[in-house]
Amino acid sequence: MSTDAVLYDHPGPRAKARNLILTIVFGIALLGLLYWIYSRFDAKGQWAGNLWEPFTQASTWTDYILPGLLETLKAAAVAMVLSLAFGIIFAVGRLSDHWWLRIPAGVIVEFFRAVPLLLLMFFIFFGVPFLTEQPMSIFWAVVIGLTLYNGSVLAEAFRAGVYSVPRGQSEAAYAVGMRKGQVMTHILIPQAARAMLPVIVSQLVVLVKDTALGYIISYGELIQLGVNNLSANFANVVQAAIVAAIIYIIINSALTGFAGWLSRRTRRKGRAPRAAGAQIQQTTIEPGLGGGGGGAF
Amino acid sequence: MDVFSDPLNRDVYITGFLWILKMTLAGGVGALLLGVVLAAMRVSPVPVLRGFGTAWVNIFRNTPLTLIIFFCYFGLFTTLGFSLADDIDLNNFWLGVIGLSVYTAAFVCEAIRSGINTVPAGQAEAARAIGMTFFQTLSIVILPQAGRAVIAPLGSILIALCKNSTIVGTIGLMESSNAMKELINANGDAVIPIFLVFAGTFAVVLIPTGYAFGWLANRLAVKR
Amino acid sequence: MRITRLAATLGALTMALAVAACGGDDEGSGSGSGGATGVVGKASGGKLVIGVKADQPGLGLQSGTTYTGFDVEIGKIIAKGLGVPESGIEWKTTVSANREPYIQQGQVDLVVATYTINDERKKVVNFAGPYFIAGQDLLVPTASTITGPESLAGKRVCSVSGSTPAKRIQTDHKDAKLQQFDTYSKCVTALAGGNVDAVTTDDIILAGYAAQDQYAGKFKVVGKPFSEEPYGIGLKKDDSAGCNKINDILKAAATDGSYKKAWDDTLGKSGKAAPELDASKLTNCS
Repeated sequence: MSTDAVLYDHPGPRAKARNLILTIVFGIALLGLLYWIYSRFDAKGQWAGNLWEPFTQASTWTDYILPGLLETLKAAAVAMVLSLAFGIIFAVGRLSDHWWLRIPAGVIVEFFRAVPLLLLMFFIFFGVPFLTEQPMSIFWAVVIGLTLYNGSVLAEAFRAGVYSVPRGQSEAAYAVGMRKGQVMTHILIPQAARAMLPVIVSQLVVLVKDTALGYIISYGELIQLGVNNLSANFANVVQAAIVAAIIYIIINSALTGFAGWLSRRTRRKGRAPRAAGAQIQQTTIEPGLGGGGGGAF
Repeated sequence: MDVFSDPLNRDVYITGFLWILKMTLAGGVGALLLGVVLAAMRVSPVPVLRGFGTAWVNIFRNTPLTLIIFFCYFGLFTTLGFSLADDIDLNNFWLGVIGLSVYTAAFVCEAIRSGINTVPAGQAEAARAIGMTFFQTLSIVILPQAGRAVIAPLGSILIALCKNSTIVGTIGLMESSNAMKELINANGDAVIPIFLVFAGTFAVVLIPTGYAFGWLANRLAVKR
Repeated sequence: MRITRLAATLGALTMALAVAACGGDDEGSGSGSGGATGVVGKASGGKLVIGVKADQPGLGLQSGTTYTGFDVEIGKIIAKGLGVPESGIEWKTTVSANREPYIQQGQVDLVVATYTINDERKKVVNFAGPYFIAGQDLLVPTASTITGPESLAGKRVCSVSGSTPAKRIQTDHKDAKLQQFDTYSKCVTALAGGNVDAVTTDDIILAGYAAQDQYAGKFKVVGKPFSEEPYGIGLKKDDSAGCNKINDILKAAATDGSYKKAWDDTLGKSGKAAPELDASKLTNCS
């Protein structure tokens, strides 16, 4: 159902007038609120030039913000690749016919989905070296934490995706003599990945945001360098945090925009034979899908 | 497990999880109310409301929660002067609840909006045909049906909210992640049992919660 | 059957990748110093990894592409004494919570990061020094009526969560209200915003903040330390030779003026006279 067209009638003169009044009232209230916030910040001197001035200097960007951003992107990129691999492997594991694969895979996925990432990273960095008697690099502590958590969520998304593929697809594949592994790799996973694309991407946005937790174990990412270290020099922690937030919003909006473009592109290819069955499948599977994907944080 | 035989340490553990529980409950209510309002805005006929809803979702969904919680303290409290309680912990708790609510509401809004999408267009068309207004269509016909479809996603969001509430520790609330840190600092030799107890508590509570929401969603699913 | 073999192969592949990647990282950070040769042996290779704070003005601060502060200067003096040129020093950011693991795991060779020597820590690391005796103090607005820890009753005091100063407030000054953040910068911002009445930690750290241009004239350090925090240089527990060697370097630095210069170039800029390094106290090596 396309929401913007169906929920209300095409506005007539009265509705138009009412909408206009609502627009004006809400608009004024919003502007008033924004102005009030602005003036309070002003009263507290948060717009003072010397607090913002560092951001006009190139060195502030090249010394703190960009290196931090690079580390954020590096950790996010590596963790994305590993999470996708982890997700596929464990989704396949949970779908296995063998209990000795299915059950451990299920336990691992459920456990890492339930533990806060903050605790997980903290443990990987401080606890795991006690077990392995090997140093744990901060970078890998961050990446492994991100992978275990987001990979587990993705595993559930892939699993829901595999369930959403009409049964006729795998039946047909078996009928032409494909083996279990072939059906999974050639028939089910590609279709599942396509169906789950929005969920996968929203989870990747979560992953980018979660790299921000890395600063708690002193990983030199955007918040550690661009907010903590930068503001220790210029005493402008609020301003630095505003700049960092804007950078995150830009990156994640770009990622979401890219996903939207990708899903429009793949959908346009529309496979005709699926259309009839897919309609029913889609509506019934939607709630279940959320179980895996809605964990999208 | 010796660590937890000390009543002082047990206190730290229990207080930590009590804060998590309170934040999850208060944040969950706040996020649900705010999320429904935002979803209604995003599908409303008034462009400025739609724009506001969209902006909210795009801003808060794309900002790390750490920064949102930070702004709650240094923006809302320090600069705008919102003091919510005299007690430091209670004040930080409410600031955290606000941060969790505005962040989670963005996800609730999107879940409800996609729930609305699962309701067949004929339902809304029929409602309009018998003369219902936008507000009536939404509240009497669409949302009750959409509500059933979003139970599972809302369950996942609630679980995420519970885990996310550990981040309020960054403004000093002694919730479970700070509690774990404190215990590890004082008992460096027992890192692993301490982690297992804290992580295990989350797992023992949240995994069944997830299954319960899945069960509920299946039971209430609209069969079409 | 097929599916399990596929999964197993993929699993093995991922692990192999992860191991390969980890290995690659180790080479870069040069953490192979864990052997019996200790810090002296490591330094003979002309390279040294020193852990410092990155967000404490006057002590250890990342400013631009380099680190500045009193701790950093002390690190340079030690490196020089060990025969390592300044270009051979790799600075690594440490935070309070990861100093011991960093030393134990060999991620750094030395830690010079406002590192208080105490018995608890002596169990896991070795301490050279102390090179400075700090004390817990209070940073308050210039007009504040707070004159010391005894006037904290009912006041809001800020410190870093899990730190020793925060613990001391919790146990010895229960009537003060404690606000905790993860960095002192946030505490100082809260102090500037009037949300807390005082920030507490070691006087030398507070002095670093008070001396920042942006806060000039706004804050004062009360100046009544209520604890003794001997700052040491952390290194591996079993490295007695390295520890004694560093103490010798510190003794030499106290007499040849390089210690005083390190102070004057950093914290001394706030007008505080250089402290005396008491060579008779350099007895913490195990």
